[in-house]
Amino acid sequence: MKFSFSEEQTEFRNMLRRFLNDRSPTTEVRRVMETEAGYDPEVWRMMAEELGVTAIHIPEAYGGAGFGVSELAIAAEEAGRALLPSPFFGSTVMAATAIAEAGTDAQKQALLPGIAGGGTIAALAAAEPGTGWNADAFTATASPAGGTWRLTGRKSYVLDGMAAGLVVAAARLPQGGLGLFSLPADSAGLTRQPLQSMDPTRRLAQMDFDGAEAELLGGPEAGAPAWARTLDIAAVCLAGEMVGGAERLREDALEYVSMRMQFGRSIASFQVTKHKAADMLLEVELAKAAAYYAAAAADGGDEEVDQPLPALASLAKATASDTYMQTAIHAVQMHGGIGFTHDNDTQLWFKRAKASEVFLGSAADHRERMLQHWNA
Amino acid sequence: MTDFTEDEIRAEVRAWLTANWDPDRGLVEWRNILIDSGWGVPHWPEAWHGRGLPVGMTPVVEEEFDKVGAVGVAKMGIRTLAAATILEHGADLHKQRFLRGILTGEETWCQLFSEPGSGSDLAGAVTRADFQGGKWIINGQKVWNTSAHHADFGLLLARTDWDAVKHQGLSYFLLDMRQPGVQVHQLRQMNGHASFNQVFFTDAEIEPEYRIGEVGEGWKVATTTLMHERRGADGVRRYATGSDRPGRIYEEERAEVATVMAPYVWYPQRTGRADLLIERAKAAGCWDDPAVRQEVAKALTLARTAEWTARRAREAQQMGRPQGPEGSIGKLAASIVARACAKAHTMIAGPDAMLTGEDDGAGGVVAEILVSTPAISIAGGTDEIQRNIISERILSMPKEPRHDTDRPFRDVPRNQVG
Ligand SMILES: Cc1cc2nc3c(=O)[nH]c(=O)nc-3n(C[C@H](O)[C@H](O)[C@H](O)COP(=O)(O)OP(=O)(O)OC[C@H]3O[C@@H](n4cnc5c(N)ncnc54)[C@H](O)[C@@H]3O)c2cc1C
Repeated sequence: MKFSFSEEQTEFRNMLRRFLNDRSPTTEVRRVMETEAGYDPEVWRMMAEELGVTAIHIPEAYGGAGFGVSELAIAAEEAGRALLPSPFFGSTVMAATAIAEAGTDAQKQALLPGIAGGGTIAALAAAEPGTGWNADAFTATASPAGGTWRLTGRKSYVLDGMAAGLVVAAARLPQGGLGLFSLPADSAGLTRQPLQSMDPTRRLAQMDFDGAEAELLGGPEAGAPAWARTLDIAAVCLAGEMVGGAERLREDALEYVSMRMQFGRSIASFQVTKHKAADMLLEVELAKAAAYYAAAAADGGDEEVDQPLPALASLAKATASDTYMQTAIHAVQMHGGIGFTHDNDTQLWFKRAKASEVFLGSAADHRERMLQHWNA
Repeated sequence: MTDFTEDEIRAEVRAWLTANWDPDRGLVEWRNILIDSGWGVPHWPEAWHGRGLPVGMTPVVEEEFDKVGAVGVAKMGIRTLAAATILEHGADLHKQRFLRGILTGEETWCQLFSEPGSGSDLAGAVTRADFQGGKWIINGQKVWNTSAHHADFGLLLARTDWDAVKHQGLSYFLLDMRQPGVQVHQLRQMNGHASFNQVFFTDAEIEPEYRIGEVGEGWKVATTTLMHERRGADGVRRYATGSDRPGRIYEEERAEVATVMAPYVWYPQRTGRADLLIERAKAAGCWDDPAVRQEVAKALTLARTAEWTARRAREAQQMGRPQGPEGSIGKLAASIVARACAKAHTMIAGPDAMLTGEDDGAGGVVAEILVSTPAISIAGGTDEIQRNIISERILSMPKEPRHDTDRPFRDVPRNQVG
């Protein structure tokens, strides 16, 4: 549903929100972000086993819950709101989607149940230094080697790449097409290195493939469309995550200005504060509308949707990332000096907003992509 | 000022430097020579280490210094606010005691204005100064005080009268930070640095002669400090880098940058570093990207027009003309420049904007820009306060109705903090 949520969806959201309020308040986020793993294995286990968050959109035939992108995006939104440090985005949203889109039935049988159950953490190694997520420019190559494949090249900005046990990698096939491959993260010829991430709640890795052995997911024709759809779904979920974070920032800033006094009155009573708060509400609501609409479009079946998914996913990503950053800037400003401190939580979301601004491509890239696919 | 005079001054500085500049001198020794010559702060009065030249000549003199790599007096950081305030409001005793130490760099200063309950509303300070036993006794708390952990002295705004209306109950003091009644705790910022502090006073003492201005006139003095801060006198636009040349004086200068100047190492980054945009875009291989070029052009335009506006103000001052609005918009312009630069740097960095430290592709500078620019629209008076000042004082628009200046300060509603 593109303009409203069902009761079940709302109940799912509420349950997640309660869980994250309880299990991942900011004190926990701060503790976990200082750990080497970067996520809390116990929270991850509960999310998988008790809430089924790792299985949401994975088809029931492969151990999943068989829900859609809308439900996946709701989970992303709540995770973004709580700033949950977890491999949810890298494993469930990105890697599982790529496997589900590209893999053969047997491959999906082999790989997806582990991800759905949370026991396997997977990561999608696609972006490359310099070219980002533009698949046309990927330079990593795959060469056939006696029924299997060997991958060579460098991948970067791999979300949850260090936590992963399973890697899905995008590489160029000998004929120039794009292939998606799977391989264990500890394969010979694959070296992983953590990157210093500005947002400590979101872990990134660089991966160097030096003839690492890998299995081609689906056939040689499967990679390109699977990658395109994976990018769309990831962009939709990232938009969801961003509006969740932006809304939290907006609410927290409003709460702060409502209790702070200067000049003998509430700073919320200054018209400029009110206008800022009103603008923040406006922007966040517009971005939410975009994110929800795109998620519904990804699930399909609605004849009223008159634009293709890539156009809508990119529209949502660009809008949400601009909104998130602007909301974060406003939120710091509304806090004054406290907003610039490490101890104030605003900075945590600020850094996530900054990272999300460029993750999966900049707003400018996505606006361009939107127009390229737009039904005029 | 005619060109002729400027040339004359250049010639005079050059001759003086030829005769005196020697990189093998000690830093303090050299600065003392400089102070005695008046070339360290040529716009200061002749009686106080200067030459009484128009302030617009100072950059001309500095240019000549730069040409030969001559080190200047210490002029970065809060010290400049201390100097400006003491020059304008201080008694001879204060000038004698403090100005030289400021310029040689031997004594470091901090600004003790903001409190947990009062930042934008500085006149709402509740740190108290009570005159007891022939001394001022200070109790209370300040916050966000840059470099207080290094400082020898602090510019302190404290309340001496609770029955007077807000702005008339304040006094201004020069506080010795090195005493048992003063406790300093560093605070970490979102950019990882810990330049500012909490400062607690428990019966800290100030000798009566270290009050500056009359009792109850502290706000007037504070206004001078703030005006200089907002015009950029705190060295916002200066880079605390030091030179990598060989020579004893440069070594000592580098040591100074690494210690007492350390709180300011990220200050260049909070301006947005417009100067790095083009080289970063070329290095990142996106200098041909039309979207990137648009953002870079916008940021450069803002940076340059802000700079030219400041120059217009300075030249008007040099020519003895009254200051126009140019002088008041600099701080607000700096915020807008910083944001535009942060946006352009993000586009240029692309996915690398997610990384920090050595991984950001530019030795950590870009990452530091992205998490430092939010400071500039808060420190030294927020953008909103600057807009209030511009609209009410420059444009004479009606003031907000106020309910904090019509009654004794003790009856004004305030935050329950600190
Ligand atoms: C990097 C840095 C260095 C600093 N260094 C020093 C220092 O050395 N010494 C020192 O004393 N202080 C220092 N400060 C403190 C700084 O001056 C204050 O943070 C600033 O003035 C804002 O005050 P506040 O933090 O109390 O925020 P508040 O005043 O509580 O402001 C919160 C929000 O309310 C808005 N607001 C407040 N009043 C109004 C109004 N009338 N109309 C509209 N909006 C309003 C503000 O614009 C802001 O958005 C520093 C701050 C920073 C960030």
